Amino acid sequence: MEKAEDLLIDTCLLAGKIMMESGSEVYRVEDTMNRIAENANEPNSNSYVTATGIFMGLKSRHYTQIENVGERNINLEKVEAVNQLSRKFAEKSVDLPTLYQQLKKIDKETPEFPLLLQILGAAFLSAFLMVLFGGDWLNFIPTLFIGGIGFFIKYEVKQNFDLRFLDTFFASFIIGMLALLFTQTGLALSFDYMCIGAVMPLVPGVAITASLRDILAGHLVSGLVRGTEAIIVAASIAIGIACILFIFGGWLP
Amino acid sequence: MTFLIQFSFSFFSSAAFGIIANIPRRALLASGFTGAIGWVIYFYFNQFFHSGAFSNFVAAFMIGCLSIFFSKKQKMPMIIFYIPGLIPLVPGGPSYEAVRAFALGDPNVGFEKLLFVMATAISIVGGLLMTSLAEQLVNKWIRFKKN
Repeated sequence: MEKAEDLLIDTCLLAGKIMMESGSEVYRVEDTMNRIAENANEPNSNSYVTATGIFMGLKSRHYTQIENVGERNINLEKVEAVNQLSRKFAEKSVDLPTLYQQLKKIDKETPEFPLLLQILGAAFLSAFLMVLFGGDWLNFIPTLFIGGIGFFIKYEVKQNFDLRFLDTFFASFIIGMLALLFTQTGLALSFDYMCIGAVMPLVPGVAITASLRDILAGHLVSGLVRGTEAIIVAASIAIGIACILFIFGGWLP
Repeated sequence: MTFLIQFSFSFFSSAAFGIIANIPRRALLASGFTGAIGWVIYFYFNQFFHSGAFSNFVAAFMIGCLSIFFSKKQKMPMIIFYIPGLIPLVPGGPSYEAVRAFALGDPNVGFEKLLFVMATAISIVGGLLMTSLAEQLVNKWIRFKKN
């Protein structure tokens, strides 16, 4: 009996941790955890979820367990996978030990799009948005190039250095430098539009909306945590571009 | 022609963000469609009313409705559709202009742009909240009809 309850708490915490690290909303995480507990015959159990830590307690026991939430980034496939699994558990087509094993598998080996495809995605995202925001068609190919390079640099710095917020700073610094290079050599027209487009894959716009949604839904702690993180990311992008503007501001057209 | 460019470009940029955010493959088309409809609504409302906040509000409302529709249809969480869908609406341009103004020593313009960014973000979130309100109203109405 003891064993089963331990496993239940572990399962709930793992599901919550995966969802929170992949950028899910707070209410969905709490809902999923409570549902898993309910479907395992532990009704009225409580979960308390913040953006940095998850707490889970069963009503029938005196203990509460805590799980730390590490780095948050967006990986929506994991959110979807956990959601499907908890549905399957509710339909009783998987039992608790299998659920736990499958969650562990999701955490480690959810398939991602290959890096080249992601870079291409970022490149086209930059170029298309540059045109949508009103930039000139002449900037299209340079923006494609700069956006891809920026995303690649962010990825590489994140892989190799264990410093938060450094990746976006470097990426936007290089983006600014390349954009200046293109405008100076006459291959592109507008420095500003190219920067706006190329920075878009890095911008934490989603995190800002998510944090406002959390705040308006009453999850004040998580909202503030995510909002602060988003503001720091935005600031590090801004500082990267601002460095270029400070150093070479006089040369800009 | 303008419509075609606006629609297809916002479609592909939403789908491209979907690739970066690693959404499930079978949701790519739907999220691109959500983003395209949202952006086209924003674009034409903005031309007609000349109010960024209002157009953002309506566009976010539509994006929310579409993502509820797709999430019911494909049995996936709603977040998968509205996160890529909101990407064209995110106020990247004004925030860049704010940074530029601060860096080049013009804080007045900078604060003005910053306020604009905040207004945009709040109107987007307001539009999304209205979607949840509409959903609850529809659910209540369906239950009322049944009884």
